[in-house]
Amino acid sequence: MLRKIRIALAALVLVGITLLLIGIGHEWWGWMAKLQFLPSCLALNFGVIALITILTLILGRLYCSVICPMGIFQDVVIWLRRRIGLGLQKSQANKMKKAKAEGKEVGKPKQWVKRFAYSPEHKWVRYAVLALLVVAICAGLQVIVAILAPYSAYGRMVRSFVGIAEGNAFAAGVVSVTIVGLLTCIAIFLCAWFWGRAYCNTVCPVGTVLSLFSRFAMFRPTIDTSKCIGCAKCEKACKASCISSFSHSIDYSRCVDCFDCIDNCQEGAIKYRFAWGKKDSAPAKASPAKEEAVDTGRRTFAASAALLLGGAALKAQEMKVDGGFADVIDKQIPSRSERLVPFGSGSVKNFYDHCTACQLCVSACPNGVLRPSGDLEHLLQPQMGYEKGYCRPECTECSQVCPAGAILPVQPAEKFTIHIGTASVNYDLCFAANGEADCGNCSRHCPVGAIRMVDNDKYGHKIPVVVEDQCIGCGACEFLCPSRPISAITVSGLSVHRNNN
Amino acid sequence: MGAAALGLAACTSGKTSGKTEGVKDLSGKMLQNYPGIGTLGYGCMRWPTKDGHIDQDEVNRLVDFALEHGVNYFDTSPVYTRGESETATSIALNRHPRESWLLATKLSNMSNPSYDASVAMYHRSLEFFKTDYIDYYLLHSVRDQADFERRFGSTGIMDFLMKERELGHIRHLGFSFHGHEPGFLYMMSLHEKYHWDFVQIQMNYVDWQHASGRNCNADFLYNELDKREIPVVIMEPLRGGALSNMAAGLADKLKAREPEKSLASWAFRFVGSYPRVMAALSGMTYMEHLEDNLDTFLDFEPMSDDEKKFILGIADDMINYPLIPCTNCQYCMPCQYGIDIPGLFKFYNDNINAGTYVSNGEQEDYARAKRKYLLQYSKAIPTVRQADHCIGCGKCRPACPQYIDIPAQLSRIDHYLEQIKQDTL
Repeated sequence: MLRKIRIALAALVLVGITLLLIGIGHEWWGWMAKLQFLPSCLALNFGVIALITILTLILGRLYCSVICPMGIFQDVVIWLRRRIGLGLQKSQANKMKKAKAEGKEVGKPKQWVKRFAYSPEHKWVRYAVLALLVVAICAGLQVIVAILAPYSAYGRMVRSFVGIAEGNAFAAGVVSVTIVGLLTCIAIFLCAWFWGRAYCNTVCPVGTVLSLFSRFAMFRPTIDTSKCIGCAKCEKACKASCISSFSHSIDYSRCVDCFDCIDNCQEGAIKYRFAWGKKDSAPAKASPAKEEAVDTGRRTFAASAALLLGGAALKAQEMKVDGGFADVIDKQIPSRSERLVPFGSGSVKNFYDHCTACQLCVSACPNGVLRPSGDLEHLLQPQMGYEKGYCRPECTECSQVCPAGAILPVQPAEKFTIHIGTASVNYDLCFAANGEADCGNCSRHCPVGAIRMVDNDKYGHKIPVVVEDQCIGCGACEFLCPSRPISAITVSGLSVHRNNN
Repeated sequence: MGAAALGLAACTSGKTSGKTEGVKDLSGKMLQNYPGIGTLGYGCMRWPTKDGHIDQDEVNRLVDFALEHGVNYFDTSPVYTRGESETATSIALNRHPRESWLLATKLSNMSNPSYDASVAMYHRSLEFFKTDYIDYYLLHSVRDQADFERRFGSTGIMDFLMKERELGHIRHLGFSFHGHEPGFLYMMSLHEKYHWDFVQIQMNYVDWQHASGRNCNADFLYNELDKREIPVVIMEPLRGGALSNMAAGLADKLKAREPEKSLASWAFRFVGSYPRVMAALSGMTYMEHLEDNLDTFLDFEPMSDDEKKFILGIADDMINYPLIPCTNCQYCMPCQYGIDIPGLFKFYNDNINAGTYVSNGEQEDYARAKRKYLLQYSKAIPTVRQADHCIGCGKCRPACPQYIDIPAQLSRIDHYLEQIKQDTL
């Protein structure tokens, strides 16, 4: 029963978070992202931290089985392996039966279903990774934090598949997330396939932190030695490799409360019960530790996808014919003296100090503005760009979903009072300045009226000018500028965002 | 046994009655206001496309079906459908004997009106159609006196065309017209000099008395031509589809009167009922359009005076809707900045007709209407082709035969969408 409840909750969370990362139903699943441990720590969201700590102290590492999407994903892989194994086992049995009936020689049966076995805790790896995370947070090495955060790693996995489905997985910037996401997916998949929950109990820093509390959990699965017949079914089925049937002990630092052992025990010897203060006996024999930490070398990524620009040259035509569309060349990313981070980030530093690169804001952005940055310094962490859209005045989606406090909630009306960047005009490219067309599209679309068309003797036409202090940096001007592939008006970020108040 | 026979009988009779209701009876006689010319003409400006190019197989199928049912007047131009129309039309028509079809094409010398370029364009059409004569040759889209003089009167091309007519290479010479009354009267004053064999005008029950922009009313144009006994060819009898997709309240009135007739049939019966109409051109993209129009023109029923009065009343109501009078002729396209001008106008008009536009923040179900409208907008028009990308250069303005102030209308649509997006409507 407990196992079924666990599975139901886990399925709900996995579906919810996956849809959330795909970009469906923020209003329904948004809270699930806010429950994630590492982002909450970075957001200093003490309420959630306390909640998860207390939950772990009372019930054990249930978090790893029903809240963490990466943990649930591994459970799915393990379940898949078990189903396939059982299928192979069954067909093998049928073949052997047939062979026996025909009097042929029957070979040795193969063991297709994965059998786990107790292995000792790899304390050194666990604490080393945790220490690395703490150092990375203090030193501002967010790439390491981003790669280690399990929820964010799952987010990148989902985003890489979304990118492939949408066909833009290998666009500049996005390519790093795609590659890292796919590599993560392969690594985690293989790890779960061969070693069950080894990642969670060896590498994952959240697992390590929670293990500190789960050792003392009030409720735990316990083995009733009077009922146990020593069949070791529980041990063989334990994906966390934490049950030693020999010594009747369970390593609670690694038990993720999946309750599989309880359902597996035909004698009813294992029960989830109140066991406060009881010391778990040290496991006696240890099987040789073969497992290695998962290879996390994921730095390799292509610098940028070869992006073929649509030929701008118009076909030489002897006459103008009607219909059809002119080619629209994709905009290129201009050079920006400072990068752009969303309204609500406070500053570029604050944004990158808190961001765990879960890509949730990228999935939430309806205007195609947020995307992962491709550079090494802020690998995988998002930044803004106005090549596919601009930060629309009425939209505050990213600030509502960020679980890590990298983007704090803002109201639409507030956006007009926050300055995240400043526009500047390159008059060499400007259509109006060059008299190519009576343009002014930037001026017409500026939501705060910071761009005005003025007469200028040098150019002899009305040219757009930017009143810097009024510009909020939303990028409407840059996105709607007809100059392609580089806009004549571009926005550079402000390292510290300014507020009118 | 009896029951089974009865069942079978019921089944058969059901099938027959289904056939007469569902499938149109296309066995009658094509209307010919002028002997030898099917009054339903084929406008080759809207051929079906596949992957951005004309779908030749489908064109062949449409042309075969049309010829089989008495449609023999085919109107095209070197500039239609990105210059592909003449080729596609020629391929389809040349699969039939030359004398079975009447070719109408045009001197579309808007971008280069020089004598040499015009003559080259004329020869190119002959070459494309693998023929040594054109049945109906038009000066394409004359707007006024200045436009006529610039492209035809001053270049010497008129003498060339008159000579070609004498030689029999041009069987009939005429012009198509979009403009105001003085411009048309000027063209009529040239009748003695050039002798127009036919004239092509925009006529339908809305334009009859409510022409848009600088265009003049069709009743004036028709009567001027009738007075001079000049055969009339009709373009835009459906106003680019606007008369087959109108506001619900108006459509209901037509349907209440003729529940089984299509909305389009009213428009075609209106123009076909005028005896001076030699051909009414319809840009039938789909087989269903062709079948529906054939249903109207085979065993044609002229409109009664009462029906005419009724349909002109509908036109009076129609102009009260804030529609943009675009006929999707594509003359403005391609916009060099990539804007989908006809697509944007169609999106805007369709939503007004369907009543699915967002009227204001207080309307019932506002949030839902807004979401739907914006979603459909983003689906209908790619981001970089939307109205906010129009920089107002105005190069499209002179190309529009309906005299729509395109940049102003795009700006209006952009402003409207901004209001919806920012909840300030």
